[in-house]
Amino acid sequence: MTAMKILVCMKQIIDPEVPVRDFRIDEARRQAERGSASLVTNIFCENALETALQFREANPEVKITALSYGAASAEESLRKALAMKADSAALVLNQEREHPDPLTVARVLAAAAGKLGPFDMVLVGRESGDWGSGQTGALLAEELGVPCVAFVDKIERVGAKLRVKRQTDSGSEVLEVEPPVVLTITNDEHNVPRIPKIRDVMMSGRQPLTKLSANDLGLDAAALGGGNGYYEVVKLSIPQKDSKCEFVTGDTLDQQVERLAERLKELAGPA
Amino acid sequence: MNDIVVGLFASSGFDKAAQGLTGEGRRLADLGGGKLCVIIVGSGGGTLVAEAAAVADVVLQADQPELAEYQPETYLAALAELCRQQRVQVVLLASDTYSQEIAARLAHRLGGSAVGDGSEVTLDGEMVRVTRQVYGGKAQAVVELRRSPAVAWLRARSFAPATPSGAPGEIRRVTVELPAVRSRIVERLRDESGTAKLEDARVIVSGGRGIGGAEAFTTELRPLADQLGAQLGASRAACDAGWVPATWQVGQTGKKVAPELYLAIALSGSSQHMAGVSEAKNIVAINTDPEAPIFKYCRFGLVADYRKAVPLLRAKLG
Repeated sequence: MTAMKILVCMKQIIDPEVPVRDFRIDEARRQAERGSASLVTNIFCENALETALQFREANPEVKITALSYGAASAEESLRKALAMKADSAALVLNQEREHPDPLTVARVLAAAAGKLGPFDMVLVGRESGDWGSGQTGALLAEELGVPCVAFVDKIERVGAKLRVKRQTDSGSEVLEVEPPVVLTITNDEHNVPRIPKIRDVMMSGRQPLTKLSANDLGLDAAALGGGNGYYEVVKLSIPQKDSKCEFVTGDTLDQQVERLAERLKELAGPA
Repeated sequence: MNDIVVGLFASSGFDKAAQGLTGEGRRLADLGGGKLCVIIVGSGGGTLVAEAAAVADVVLQADQPELAEYQPETYLAALAELCRQQRVQVVLLASDTYSQEIAARLAHRLGGSAVGDGSEVTLDGEMVRVTRQVYGGKAQAVVELRRSPAVAWLRARSFAPATPSGAPGEIRRVTVELPAVRSRIVERLRDESGTAKLEDARVIVSGGRGIGGAEAFTTELRPLADQLGAQLGASRAACDAGWVPATWQVGQTGKKVAPELYLAIALSGSSQHMAGVSEAKNIVAINTDPEAPIFKYCRFGLVADYRKAVPLLRAKLG
C-alpha cells in the first residue's frame, strides 16, 4: 500500500460546557442562542484528529487533511488542527442553512472527500455536542460506498489492512478492515487531544487553507436537501424539571442517614 | 405503507430493550392500522422468537450460519433486505452499540431518514415525529422525519412492553443473500468488572468526581451497591480520571439507564450526565454542596460528606 491519506472531519460548535443557567434557546428559530459562549471544535472531532496523529506517528508516510463544513468562523477549528500538525486543511463554506441536516452534511463531506482525495480513511467524531445526531459518519460511509466502524478509539496498520479497536456496551472489540473506510471516533484515555505548541499555533495562521463552496463541489440545492429534506426540527424547548428534592432532616448526621436508609429501602425494594 | 418493523439481535435475547421496543412497535402498528413485523438477526436468543411472536403479527428470523454473530456489514445488509420486503413506515431499533452503528446506514439504504436516541415517537398519518434530547441534555427537540421509512433508534428500555393478546404471530425463518465484506470483528473482549448490564439494572449506585479516587469505589461504593442489590456506575469525570472502567460511564456519551432508583454519590449532575439518567424513576443524591445541580433532579437528598454518610448508611442498611 502506498502512502495512506486520512481525512479528519471537524465541526465547530457552541461550547457545550456552558452551564445550564446560562443556556438559552430561540424557540422560534429552533436553535440555541450563542450568548457569550465561545465557539469550540467538537471534542470527538479533536479525539479523531488525535487518533489520526498517533497513527501517523506509527506510520510516518501518512498524510492528514482536516476538513470542515461550516461558517467562516470554522476556519478557527481548522487553524487549530493545523497547529496540532494536520498536514493540510480545507473549509467548505456553508452558505446554505445554518444547521444543515445530517444527510446534507454527509453529501457535502463526501463531495469534498472526492475532490481532495481519494482517502484511505475518513475519521469523524462519534457525535457532536450540539445536535448530537450521531449520523454523519454512517451516512458519509453510505455516500462513499465504503464500510463503517463506530466508536473506534485506536487504529493500527497491519500490512494492507487496518486493525481498529472500538468500544461496545459490554467492553471492546477489534475489527480488521480493508481501506477505504469511515471510522467514527470516541474518546478514551489515550486519544486525549494534544495541546499545540505556541510556535505551531503562530505558524498555523500563515499556512495555506483551501476554501471551497458547495458550488465548487458540484452540489446544487437538490443535493443539499433543499426541497424535501431529511428531517426538520419542528420544536425546541428546555424541559421543566418538576422534581422537588426533599432533603432528609434530623439533628445529627446519624438521624439524617437513618431516614435516608428508610427511603432507599422503599425505593430499591428487596435486594 | 403503514407497517412497523422492529429490528432485534438474537444475542441480546428478550431483554428490557427488546420488550420496550416490541411494546412501542405494537402501539404504533395499532395506531396506524398496520402490521408489526419483528426481524431477528442472529442465532440463539432463547425465548426471544416466541416472546416476539406473542406480540407481533410476523416474526422473521434470519439465522443462517453467516449471521450467527454480529458483523456490521452483514447485519446491515440482512436488515436492509428484509425491510425492503415489507410495506414499512417505521423501523425501530434499540440504542446499543450495534444498532447505533447501522441505523443511519439502514435509513440511507432504504431511502429514508433516521433519528436517534428517541424517547417518544408520535404518528400522525404519514408523519413520524421523534422526541430526543439535544445540546448535551440541556434542551429537547421534536424532529419530523421527511423521508420514508423513518428509522429511529430509541431509549428502548423506557418504553412499555406490550401485553400479548390473541393468537401469536407467524414465525418465518428466512435466508438472505449476503455481500462480500471488507470489515470483520476478530476479537470480542468483555469488561468483566461486573457492570455489563448497567442498562438493565433496577438500582444503580453511581460515583462522581467527589469520590476522589479508585479506592473508595471498591471499599465504600461496592459494598453499598451489594447491600442495595445495585450495579455500580460513574460520571465521565470518574471514568476519565481512570478510577473505574469507561464502560461504567453514565451520561450523554455513556450508558443511558432507566433504573427504579439511581443513587448519585459525590456527583454534581452536569446536564451531560443527567442526559443518561432522564429515564430513572427516582434519583437520590448525597453531596456536600446543597447547590449541586443533581438535587434539582432528586426525590430525596442528603447534604453530607459521603465519607461519613456512606459508612453510616451501610450500617443502617445492614
